[in-house]
This record gives sequence, structure tokens and C-alpha cells, in this order.
Amino acid sequence: MDKKPWQYCLEVRDLTAGYENTPAIEGVTFAIPPGQMVGVIGPNGAGKSTLFKAILGLIPRQQGEILLHEAPALDQRAMMGYLPQLEEINRAFPVSVEDVVMMGRYPRVGWCRRPGPEDEQAVHQALTRVDLVSHARAQIGRLSGGQQQRAFLARVLAQDPHLLLLDEPVSGVDATTQHAIFALLEEMRKSGKTVVVATHDLNCVIERFDQVLCLNRRLIAYGPPREVFREDTLDRTYGNHLMIVQVEDRRVVVADEHGH
Amino acid sequence: MRGWLSMIDFLVAPFEFGFMQRALLGGVLVAAVCALVGTYVVLRGLAFVGDALAHAAFPGVVIAYLFKGNIYLGATIFALATALAIGLVSRRSRVSYDTAIGILFAGAFALGVLLMSTIHGYTVDLFSFLFGNVLGVSTRDLLLVGFLAAMVVLTIILFYKELLLLCFDPVVAEAMGYPVQALNYLLLGLIALTIVISIQAVGIILVVALLVTPSATAYLLTERFFRMMILGVLLAALAAVIGLYLSYYLNVASGAAIVLVSTCLFFLVLASRRLRVARSPRG
Repeated sequence: MDKKPWQYCLEVRDLTAGYENTPAIEGVTFAIPPGQMVGVIGPNGAGKSTLFKAILGLIPRQQGEILLHEAPALDQRAMMGYLPQLEEINRAFPVSVEDVVMMGRYPRVGWCRRPGPEDEQAVHQALTRVDLVSHARAQIGRLSGGQQQRAFLARVLAQDPHLLLLDEPVSGVDATTQHAIFALLEEMRKSGKTVVVATHDLNCVIERFDQVLCLNRRLIAYGPPREVFREDTLDRTYGNHLMIVQVEDRRVVVADEHGH
Repeated sequence: MRGWLSMIDFLVAPFEFGFMQRALLGGVLVAAVCALVGTYVVLRGLAFVGDALAHAAFPGVVIAYLFKGNIYLGATIFALATALAIGLVSRRSRVSYDTAIGILFAGAFALGVLLMSTIHGYTVDLFSFLFGNVLGVSTRDLLLVGFLAAMVVLTIILFYKELLLLCFDPVVAEAMGYPVQALNYLLLGLIALTIVISIQAVGIILVVALLVTPSATAYLLTERFFRMMILGVLLAALAAVIGLYLSYYLNVASGAAIVLVSTCLFFLVLASRRLRVARSPRG
């Protein structure tokens, strides 16, 4: 492996993507240094999921360039771990939790080969980190929603990617799972991974993230939360529905009731 | 003691005939391969696709018959071409997947019927391709079926984990960089080949039953993919054996007998599962 420190993990240049004549995002440009945790925020329909899918080549790109470690990202998709917003799977599919996590190892195992002891170990480690070892042999659909989300996150961990793209990993899960997931992401960042998370929880972004990327079809702002979270930026991202309140030494974003 | 002897005699007697030995071997082999591939068909909801590919193979059979060519080759070409066409039509136009299938398979089948109607006189052979006749399997057929079955099994062994990922989570498979389109075509190709193998045994119209029923029965019994495959194969082999006995002793059509036994097994398992669920306090 090349040990040279990369200036950027992910570079997106002038990206326009979406279906046919109605691109969901236009002219988006940003670059993320390695080891950063970036929150992607914006209202529903702002193109957060589209951005992730375009980076992974899941939807057509009309224009622009996406680089992972200075080379086209699409040539190294196994290095990007993806947690979709909604896993559109058959919950009754006959696979166990450990089977699902093992799927994260498939790109490393390679074509026409069987997973080895190394892969078994990686799966066990991933399950330990999301606290699902005791459920390893359960059929995936028998887990609760939060547990399933952790299982899919464990699949991303087992994949051991450089870049994690997590599309609203904490929406619809209980507070315990939410906390566990963020603790895990922080661990990932400390170990040098780059973590990009789409989220609706702005306060969480203020407290935990290095950078925030405001998206509303176009890139509205990109930078550290303290600089980006100003009334005018949030207005341009969300319309006039949010306001910032200073509570003692914390800045908190609340919904403006008159705006809704 | 005499009861046991006559029982053994009852079981062994049919297989004193060469054609019954070939039928047993051919029937079990075909049923087993169908169940193997059927696991994917059931889990991806491809029953309609399987039925369509089977019907689409018919003109290939008729053309091969007309020109005295190899009917397996004819069937393979038409089934594979249809598999490709289904993928292309649904991707290149606003027509949905199942509409594309409906258009193509009915059209292809009509072509087969039209060509068949041009043959004057004897068309019993062709009817056996529609409804199957495992009792008519020749040694040459068996060798060919054995070879194609080995290809299917080998492909499944080689691409086991990729096909599993494709069936479970195609979006993440694509995100990881797997050529999902190509894998889809590979799966369709496997289904097409399996159908070709099965035509002689159960016929074009009943193939879909062997593709889905044993695998669906296995799906009721296990929550593990590999076990579902193995159970499906065992259930299919069992249905083939019982079906053959029925066919021999009751003098009924072999393909239909195998399929009906398979259907009965499915409902037996379904009923027993229901009973167990009803009895257990927590459901």
C-alpha cells in the first residue's frame, strides 16, 4: 500500500447528477481531507442521497469528476463502504446476521474464492463493535430495526473501506442505537477513516462533526459547523424554517414555528 | 417377511427396464438442478421469467426438429436470446420488466406453434416437448443433460457468493463495484440452461413447477441459504422418484406426475408449518 499521506480522501468537482433532464444536484464541488467526519445536511429532496449514489456510480452523472485518493472513485468502489438510507431487502431472505456481515468481505476475498479464517475474524470483530455477537446466527429479519441497522453497519466495518458513506444511519432508530452508532463513527475517524454522514440532526452535527456540507440541489456552504451554522446559510439551505439559539455556551438549532 | 420381499419387488421391478433406469437418472438429475437454480428463482421472484424462458425455447425446438438439428442446441439459442432480449427491452424503454417478458415469451411461443402447424402429419415428438416424457430419455440425452447440469453446478460453485449478494442486496453489490448487470445475465443464463435440460423430462409448460416448487418448499423449512439449496435438491429428487413410480404403476404421464408430487409435498409442508404455528403459544 502507498503510505504517502493524501491531501484529500474524496474530491468532488463540478458534479451534476440525477435522472435524465432533471438533475437532483448541480455543480457540486468539495474536497474532504482524510480522517474527517463530515455531516451532509439539507431538507428532504435536497439531493443528499443523490450525492452519495453519484459518488458510488449508482445513478447517472451528467458532468463532473469524483476522485478517491486522486484516482477515479468508480474504479475503487470496494474502498467505499455504503449504508443506504433504506435497505431495500427481503427481510425473510434466508441469511444470518453473520452471513450479511460476511458480504462486506466479498470484495477482499475476490472472485471464485471462499472466505478464510481472516475474514471470519473480521466478521467477528465487526459484530463485536456493534454489539451483535450474541445475534450472529439469527436470521436477519428476526432482529429489531435498530439491530438490523447495526448489522448493516457491521457489514461496512467488515469491508474495511477508506471512506464511509452513511445515508441517514440514525433516522428511525432508538436513542441507544443512535448513540452507539456515533460512538463507533468517532472510533472510525480516529483510526484514520473518512466518514460522510447524511443526517437531519443538526445539533449532533454541531457537537460531533469536523465539517458540515449544506446541500440544496447546489452546494450552499462547506466548512466547520461553527462557521457554517449562521442564520443566512441555514436560511438558504432550509428556507426560513430554522433558527439558531444560543443556550449558555452551546449553539442549538430549532425549528422556527412561524416558518412551518 | 413375504410382505417385505414383495415390497422390495414393488420398488425394484420398474428399474429392471433400461428406459426406467435412464428415466430415474435423468429425472433425479433434472429435478436436482432445477431446485438448485430454483433457489435463486424463488428468492429473486423470477418465476414468471423462468416460465417465459421455457416457452421461448419452443420455437428453437421446432426449428431444430424441422431441420433435423439438435433440439437442445435450438432450445438453448432461443432461451438465451430471449433472456438477453428481456434485459434489453426493459432497460431501453419505458416498458416494465414483466410487460417485456409478456410480450417476448408469448410472441416466441406463437412462433413455435406457427412453425409446428406447418409440419404435416406426425407431431407426437413435439408434443412430448410441451408436456415432457422422461421415459423417452436416451443415453445420448442423458450424457448431454449430465454435461449441462455439471456446467450449471460448476458455475454456481464458482459464483456462489456473488450470486448470493446479488439476490440479497443488489444495490450494495453495485456500490461495492460488482458488475450487477452481468451477474443478472449470468443468472438468467443459468435459468435458461436449466430449462433446456428439463424440457425432455417435464416439458416446456411444466418446467416452471420444478423451478419453483421444491425450492419454495425448502424455503418454508429453513432460514439458511445453503440449507435451502440442499433441502430443495433432496425434495426435488424425492418428487422425481415418487413421480416415476406413480407413472409406472398407474400408467400416467411422467412429467405431470413428478410435478404433482412436488406440489403435494409443498402443501404438506405448508400445512404442517401452519399446524405447528397454531400450536405454539407464541406463534
